[in-house]
Amino acid sequence: MSMLTEGRPTKQEENIIAPDTGALKTHTGNRALMVDEPLIFETGSPDRSGVDLPAAPTVESRLGGLDRDEPISIPGLSEAETVRHYTRLSRQNYAIDVGLFPLGSCTMKHNPRLNEKMARLKGFSDIHPLQPVDSVQGALETIYQLADWLKTLTGMPAVAMSPKAGAHGELCGILAIRSALEARGDAREVILVPESAHGTNPATAAFAGYKVEDIPANANGRVDLDALKARLGPDVAGVMITNPNTCGLFEPDMKAISDAVHDAGGLVYCDGANFNAIVGRVRPGDLGIDAMHINLHKTFSTPHGGGGPGSGPVVFSEALEPFAPLPFVEKTEDGHFHLVEEETAEDHHESSFGRMVAFHGQMGMFTRALTYMLSHGADGLKQVSEDAVLNANYVLRSMEDLLEAPFAKSGPCMHEALFSDNGFTNGLTTLDLAKGLIDEGYHPMTMYFPLVVHGAMLVEPTETESKAAIDQFIGALRSVAGRAKAGDELLKSAPHFAPRRRLDETQAARKPILVWQEPEEYAEAAE
Amino acid sequence: MRYLPLTPNDRQDMLATIGASSIDELFVDVPEEARLDGPIRDLPMHAGEMAVEAHMKKLARNNSAAGDMPFFLGAGAYRHHVPASVDHIIQRGEFLTAYTPYQPEIAQGTLQTLFEFQTQVARLFGVDVANASMYDGSTACWEAIVMARRITKRGKAVLSSGLHPHYVSVAKTMARFTKDQLVSEAPTLDAATDGADLLDQIDDDTSCVVVQYPDILGRVSDMSALAEKAHSHKALLIAVVTEPVALGAIKAPGQMDADIVVGEGQSLGVGLQFGGPYVGLFGCKQKYVRQMPGRLCGETVDAEGKRGFVLTLSTREQHIRREKATSNICTNSGLCALAFTAHMTLLGEKGLRELAMLNHKKAVVAADRLAKINGISLLNESFFNEFTLVLDKDARPIVRKLADQKILAGVSLGRLYPDENDLAHGLVVAVTETTSDEDVETLALALEGELA
Repeated sequence: MSMLTEGRPTKQEENIIAPDTGALKTHTGNRALMVDEPLIFETGSPDRSGVDLPAAPTVESRLGGLDRDEPISIPGLSEAETVRHYTRLSRQNYAIDVGLFPLGSCTMKHNPRLNEKMARLKGFSDIHPLQPVDSVQGALETIYQLADWLKTLTGMPAVAMSPKAGAHGELCGILAIRSALEARGDAREVILVPESAHGTNPATAAFAGYKVEDIPANANGRVDLDALKARLGPDVAGVMITNPNTCGLFEPDMKAISDAVHDAGGLVYCDGANFNAIVGRVRPGDLGIDAMHINLHKTFSTPHGGGGPGSGPVVFSEALEPFAPLPFVEKTEDGHFHLVEEETAEDHHESSFGRMVAFHGQMGMFTRALTYMLSHGADGLKQVSEDAVLNANYVLRSMEDLLEAPFAKSGPCMHEALFSDNGFTNGLTTLDLAKGLIDEGYHPMTMYFPLVVHGAMLVEPTETESKAAIDQFIGALRSVAGRAKAGDELLKSAPHFAPRRRLDETQAARKPILVWQEPEEYAEAAE
Repeated sequence: MRYLPLTPNDRQDMLATIGASSIDELFVDVPEEARLDGPIRDLPMHAGEMAVEAHMKKLARNNSAAGDMPFFLGAGAYRHHVPASVDHIIQRGEFLTAYTPYQPEIAQGTLQTLFEFQTQVARLFGVDVANASMYDGSTACWEAIVMARRITKRGKAVLSSGLHPHYVSVAKTMARFTKDQLVSEAPTLDAATDGADLLDQIDDDTSCVVVQYPDILGRVSDMSALAEKAHSHKALLIAVVTEPVALGAIKAPGQMDADIVVGEGQSLGVGLQFGGPYVGLFGCKQKYVRQMPGRLCGETVDAEGKRGFVLTLSTREQHIRREKATSNICTNSGLCALAFTAHMTLLGEKGLRELAMLNHKKAVVAADRLAKINGISLLNESFFNEFTLVLDKDARPIVRKLADQKILAGVSLGRLYPDENDLAHGLVVAVTETTSDEDVETLALALEGELA
């Protein structure tokens, strides 16, 4: 029976003053603006609806005898109840609109509302992916313009727009590499992935059928160039490298790495998730990279939306251009935009490795990203990366006397600063510091990543934070870090002021409850 | 540069704190030859809000918006009316600009929403569990095939000829690299679905059989026999739903014993958006839950015993398992899932059933009207809100001509199957609650004009 009481809403309290602690309680368990919102399944009803629909024509249905004859059991709410339900839920979320997000490796920067307004223009939002191409010339031109910005910013000649997210873009890049090698009859088996690369990189390479081998990081948090060179050979298809890397550092040997891989007959994939640190100041094409995905949500501010959607266009070198996936947009000499897909692919596209996704990618993200690029322009984007790097180094140097910063001695960081939990006492960990930051009103930094640093904390302030906001954050971080080093017991039970105290993730994984069930089913399950 | 708060003085102060004399010192690791000396040439400089708006509006104006003219396209993306409050809800900054809910104590809004979404999807599909969404229907379909391979340890997937050709393309692209064997054919212009042919393909090497419901020609058929045959060979039945509204009217795939059900959720809350972002739906039987890809939200309790939600079973994910990951999926479509679930909450069972029957009966009326035209016959005996017309000539040029007359007539099968001459006369027409009687009449008259 324990599940019934533990897993259900908190019971109404009998006493306003708790007899054991004397703490003030409320009848509902709510605290003024902090309201626990029930699930729609607990308040909604299958016969309540928040929409009014016209009557259907009176004709016989023609459903082939497959009429749905069992209840669907999906509750409805009125419009008023629906708006209140989601508004109340929204208030239990931290978001970039609420405060600074010091999240390393997953930039959370201001999301301009102009982007949202432009994405909702009916000429973008209300068009179908299979409309005749003459009726969507503006959409194709939008994709073409965005592609042109990406090619120019990276100094690379081709781009695939359809990948749906960063990891999908990685897959796109690695499939292009594999196609290119196969086209020259060179069935190589191994992809090298430095320790300092994103965890998605080895997963992607394995998914595409490659064996994955790690290349160690050196004492400065960069790729060990000698180890990499020693491993190169005729069985190595290429390398997947993240630059700037997951330690927040630029790989100074990037060109040498590319040259060595090319000399050995391989190709170079760069994870461009951290492109926001160098956009407008460095073109990856000048570093010898063959393929790189760009997370539009990071570098070009499309909203993260609580987990997505993403968008991961991939730029290609000349070597990989012929293998880019369908579909893509071409411009004819008379200024017409042409959509190359299965129907229209001609001979010169025959080496394309195929289609990765139905339709043309994340159009709604393209319009937002292009709006952002136009707002910043070439000069603004350069300022973006400079301010991102400036803010990160400001955090690094303001903290390094208190928090161990493993690679700070070797020079400046890029857009994010890396710390470790070395020096914490009383068994306190990075997790405790993170939960302490929640009580200070901040979303925590990235925890336990990258793997090469013990108790890693990766802090990325981004360029859209003011000096005052960063100073306030540094103050909070210094306070919590000081408590962690002093062994403050209270940190172990933080957060104390969040909508929920620490959640039991072990229980969630051991016996997963992934859908709501009627209380009697819970009771049965518990017996 | 209205988004950048640092002033020149701030920058000087901060450089002083850092101990650097210029910003260039912070880029010292970038090799000299790779540094740019000024703003990238060939790109415009920054622009104000008015100028950017003018630029984007000009691009948008150069498209024919579906709502401005009679519109009949479907084939995997459907135009439905989205209640105004859905867009309001997804534009709440706390949803729109939130991060992946890795810190559950301050992400309960997103997490509870995902839990509700998972439950709605599972019930709609008639299966036990569902995940927190995928990129879209086509990638969800491929992930289902990969999941079936993991479960059965077999690599031969049998695809119904009624499966969306783009979904088939995606599977073929991926299978080339993963060495899966795919059995697939193009559909024929026939009222009967491919049940018998498909049954014959299922054998002891088969990992799964993949069936779209309703299929690409709009046909609906009972999958029970396929499920039975698949199960007798220890293979899985994967059902693909590209129009979730249909499940308000027709039996859930789970009711016909499908093992995995995937789909495209775009119809509810998301909008057409020229193909993306969309929201992939993914559900399965309880016994396969640990093989399911993608993010999952689960119920748990906090330190005070209060109910709360967390992301769970993430040990399968690529960022933790590196090369041992079971899927390449990294994100989900969180915001689109929110739109889907908010729209579904507004509808409720009653609204969904009414919406579904409204779609269906409007389609019945339209199908009968269009089938009366000389030179047109209706393929389908049964359908939901989409059906196939067989014209007496190639439908492609007709669709293009009608678009020039501001009528978006449907999807020609020639566009979807460029290599199949036999299908060129097919036109797939979708009718939803947004289609008016006048729209149908306008299309009918225009088709009469073209086929006369």
